[in-house]
Amino acid sequence: MFLIVKKEQIAQSNYSYWIKAPDIAFAYKAGQFLILRINEKGERIPLTIVDTDLRDGLIRIIFSVVGKSSYNLSMLNEGDTILDVVGPLGMPTHIEQFGHAVIVGGGVGIAPVYPIAKEIKNKGNVLTSILGGRTKELVILRSELKKISEKLIIVTDDGALGEKGLVTDPLNKMIEQGVKIDFVLAVGPLVMMSAVSELTRKYGIKTMVSLNTMMVDGTGMCGCCRCTVDGKTRFACVHGPEFDGHKVDFKEIMQRQKMFYKQEAKFFNQVKEQKNG
Amino acid sequence: MANKRSLRQKMPERPPEERKYDFNEVSKGLTPEQALIEAERCLECKKPKCVAGCPVQVDIPGFIRLIKQKKFTEAADKIKENNFFPAVCGRVCPQENQCEKHCVLAIKEQSVAVGYLERFAADYVRDNIKNDIPAEIKENGIKIAIVGAGPAGLACAGALRLKGYRVTIYEALHKTGGVLTYGIPAFRLPKEIVDNEVAYLQKIGVHIKCNWVIGKIKTIDQLLNKEGFKAVFIASGAGFPSFMEIPGENLNFVYSANEFLTRINLMKAYADYDTPIEVGKRVAVIGGGNTAMDAARAALRLGPDVVYLIYRRSKKEMPARLEEIHHAQAEGIKFIFLTSPVRYESDEHHNVNKVVCLKMKLNEPDESGRRRPVPIKGSEFEIEIDSAVVAIGTHSNPIIPESTPDLPLNKWGYIVADETGKTPKDGVFAGGDIVSGAATVIEAMGAGKTAAESIHKYLTGQK
Ligand SMILES: Cc1cc2nc3c(=O)[nH]c(=O)nc-3n(C[C@H](O)[C@H](O)[C@H](O)COP(=O)(O)OP(=O)(O)OC[C@H]3O[C@@H](n4cnc5c(N)ncnc54)[C@H](O)[C@@H]3O)c2cc1C
Ligand SMILES: Cc1cc2nc3c(=O)[nH]c(=O)nc-3n(C[C@H](O)[C@H](O)[C@H](O)COP(=O)(O)OP(=O)(O)OC[C@H]3O[C@@H](n4cnc5c(N)ncnc54)[C@H](O)[C@@H]3O)c2cc1C
Ligand code: SF4
Ligand code: SF4
Ligand code: FES
Repeated sequence: MFLIVKKEQIAQSNYSYWIKAPDIAFAYKAGQFLILRINEKGERIPLTIVDTDLRDGLIRIIFSVVGKSSYNLSMLNEGDTILDVVGPLGMPTHIEQFGHAVIVGGGVGIAPVYPIAKEIKNKGNVLTSILGGRTKELVILRSELKKISEKLIIVTDDGALGEKGLVTDPLNKMIEQGVKIDFVLAVGPLVMMSAVSELTRKYGIKTMVSLNTMMVDGTGMCGCCRCTVDGKTRFACVHGPEFDGHKVDFKEIMQRQKMFYKQEAKFFNQVKEQKNG
Repeated sequence: MANKRSLRQKMPERPPEERKYDFNEVSKGLTPEQALIEAERCLECKKPKCVAGCPVQVDIPGFIRLIKQKKFTEAADKIKENNFFPAVCGRVCPQENQCEKHCVLAIKEQSVAVGYLERFAADYVRDNIKNDIPAEIKENGIKIAIVGAGPAGLACAGALRLKGYRVTIYEALHKTGGVLTYGIPAFRLPKEIVDNEVAYLQKIGVHIKCNWVIGKIKTIDQLLNKEGFKAVFIASGAGFPSFMEIPGENLNFVYSANEFLTRINLMKAYADYDTPIEVGKRVAVIGGGNTAMDAARAALRLGPDVVYLIYRRSKKEMPARLEEIHHAQAEGIKFIFLTSPVRYESDEHHNVNKVVCLKMKLNEPDESGRRRPVPIKGSEFEIEIDSAVVAIGTHSNPIIPESTPDLPLNKWGYIVADETGKTPKDGVFAGGDIVSGAATVIEAMGAGKTAAESIHKYLTGQK
C-alpha cells in the first residue's frame, strides 16, 4: 500500500501526486518510470517518476486523465492509498556534457522532461527549454523549468504565453539562426516527437525521445511495449523508454496505441451518462 | 497376474461442451475409491524405475503404499519430503515423460497414474485437514534473499526456512507464483492452489516482497553488501518472449503468449477487471508447446467462433503434453499442422486480419532429434483472423545480468551455475528456467531445493 501524501490539480485534468515510496525514491535516476495499480481490479499503468523527496521518502507523478485508469487515479485523495507501485523501471537517461542541450516538452510530456532537464543542468550543460501546450494552463511546470533553463520558450495554440504555434517552430528558428545545438530531448505526443526528430535529422542533431507505449508488466516479460527501432524489435520497458528519435518507427507506435480505443471510448460514454443521469 | 489387475483409472473431467465456456478446472480429480483402485495397481517395485524418472526422486512406491493403507495425510507428507507442491505437480508435471514413462507397467499395459495419485493425496489433505501446523523452526538468524517467486524461488525459500534461515523473496510482479500464476490458466491449475502453497510458506515465516524488481530497486550486490544477506538465489525465470521477426508481427491484436496469458490469468481480463483483452471472432495461435496449448484454450474461453493452432511440424513432434493436446482437440481447437506463418496483414486501422502461411514438409532429424521442417515452395495460403498469439518460446531477461556485470552468462544469456546451483560469483546461486532455459515446474522446484542444500553447505562451511 502506497500513501498519497499530497495531491494537486495543476491544470484541467492534470494532477500531481506525491507518494510515499522510500525504496523507489532512493533507487531512482532521471528518465525512469513506475507502474502502478490502484486496486485489485485495476490496470497496471506506467507513469514517469517526475521528482523525489529523499528526506521524506516521496516520489512525484504528474498525469493527465485520458482513460479509465487515469480517471480512477484522479478520483483518489490525499490520505488514500494505491495498492501496488513498482519501480524504478526502464533505463535512466544517459546524460553527458553535451554543451548546449535543448529539451522539448509537449503537454503532459513536460512532466518526464523536467527531471531529465535538471540532470542535464547538473552536468554543466547550457539548457534551453521549449514547452508547448494547447492552452496556457496545460503548459505545466513552467516556474520549475524557468529556474533551471538559460532560456525558456513557450508556445501555445492560442499564443497566450508568448509564441503561437508548434514546438518545432522555435526549434527550427534557432537552427536557422545558426544557434549551435548539441543534443535534443523531446517528450510529448507521438506526433510531436516524430516532428522534432524529422526536423533534427536534417541537421544531424542527436535527438532522444521517450516512448509511452502500452505496457503490462514493465519488466520485459510480456512484449506489449514492443516497438521497432533501427529495424529491430525493442521493448520500451527494458531497452528504453528513451530511444534515438531518428531510428524510431513512430507510425507503428501510433497505430498500436489505438488498439483499445473502442473500449476506452465506451468507458467515457458511461461516465458521461452517469453524470447526466 | 496382468489380467487380474484393474485398468488404469480415468481422470473424471467436465465435458468439453460445458468446460469450454469458463475458466474453472477441467479435471476433477480421482475419487477416493478410484484412488484406492489405482494405488492397488502399483507393484511397489524394489528398484522402482519410476523414481529414477522423477526429477526430484519422489518416493513413489512409498507414498502409494500409504494411499493403499488409506493414510492419505502421511502419503502427502511422504511426497513433500522431495516435492513441496504435490497439488501443483500432480496437475502440471509432464508425467508421461517423467515418472510414468519409466513405470514397469508401461511396457505391457498402462503405467500407474502417479500424477493423479499425487494430486489426490495433496488435494485430500488440503480439503480435509484444517490446520497444517507449521513445523517448529530453530532460528539461525542468517538472512538469505531469493529473486523471483516462481516454483524455483518458492521451493528454495521453503527448504531454507525449514533449516532456520531468515528468507526474503523479492518478486517483480504484484503477485507470487511466477508462471504458475501468470502463465498456466486456472482451468488447468486453479489459482487457490498456488495461493495456498504460498500462504503456507508465509505461515512458516518466509517474507515476501512483491513489486520489487531486483536489478532496478536494488542490485544483487546491494543485497549482499548493504542489506546483510549472506547469499542470494536467483530464480527469475526465462520470461522474455521471442518473436518470429516476420512482417506485420507488431500489428494490433498480435500478442505474445505471455502478454495474452498475463492479461487473462494475472489481470483477469475476462472478468470485470480493467485490463482489456480482445480476440474477435477468429484467433490464430502460433506454436506447439504447453504455452501454445494454454493460449489456444484460454482464447477459446473468450468466446470466438474459431481458434486455430498453427504448428510447423506434425502432431507427433509437438512438445506440449499429450493430455493437453487431447483436451484442446476435444474442446474444438482447429489444429493446422506443417504450416508456418510468413507475414501478417491488416485492415486500414492496422488491426490484423490475415496470416499468410507456407506449408512445410519434414526433413531428416536435426540435433534435437526432431525432424526439421522446411517450407514447400509456392504453397503460400491465407487464413483470415481477428487476432493472433505468438507462442514460439522465450529467452532470458537482461535486467539482472545488466545490473550484475560480473555474473557469467552462457552464449544464450542464461546464468551459468553448476549442478548444485552455485554460480562463479561468491554468494550467488541460481536455478530454474534462468539457468536451464524454459523447462518444467518440477525441474525448477528441484533446482530450488538443490540450491537450498548448496547454500546451507556454503554457509556452514561443509564440503
Ligand atoms: C514509460 C511511460 C511513461 C509515461 N509517463 C506518463 C506521465 O508521466 N504522465 C502521463 O500522464 N502519462 C504518462 N504515460 C502514459 C500513461 O501511461 C497513459 O496515459 C495511461 O496508461 C493511460 O491509462 P488509461 O487507462 O487512463 O487510458 P488508456 O485506457 O490506456 O487509454 C486512453 C486513451 O488514451 C490513449 N493512450 C493510451 N496510452 C497512451 C499513451 N501512452 N500516450 C498517449 N495516448 C495514450 C489510448 O489510445 C486511449 O484512446 C507514460 C507511459 C509510459 C509507457
Ligand atoms: C504458459 C506456460 C505453460 C506451462 N506449462 C507447464 C506444464 O504444464 N508443466 C510444466 O512442468 N511446466 C510448464 N511450463 C514451464 C514452467 O512453468 C517453468 O519451467 C517454470 O515455471 C520455471 O520456474 P522458475 O521458478 O524458474 O521461473 P518462473 O516461473 O518464470 O518465475 C520467475 C519469477 O521471477 C520473477 N522475476 C523475474 N525477474 C525478476 C527480478 N529482476 N526481480 C524480481 N523478480 C523477478 C518473475 O516475475 C516470476 O514471478 C509452462 C510454462 C508456460 C509459460
Ligand atoms: S513430481 Fe512430477 S515427475 Fe515426480 S513423481 Fe510427482 S508427478 Fe511424477
Ligand atoms: S515402477 Fe510403476 S509399479 Fe513400480 S513402483 Fe513405480 S509406479 Fe509402482
Ligand atoms: S511492458 Fe511487458 S515487456 Fe515491456
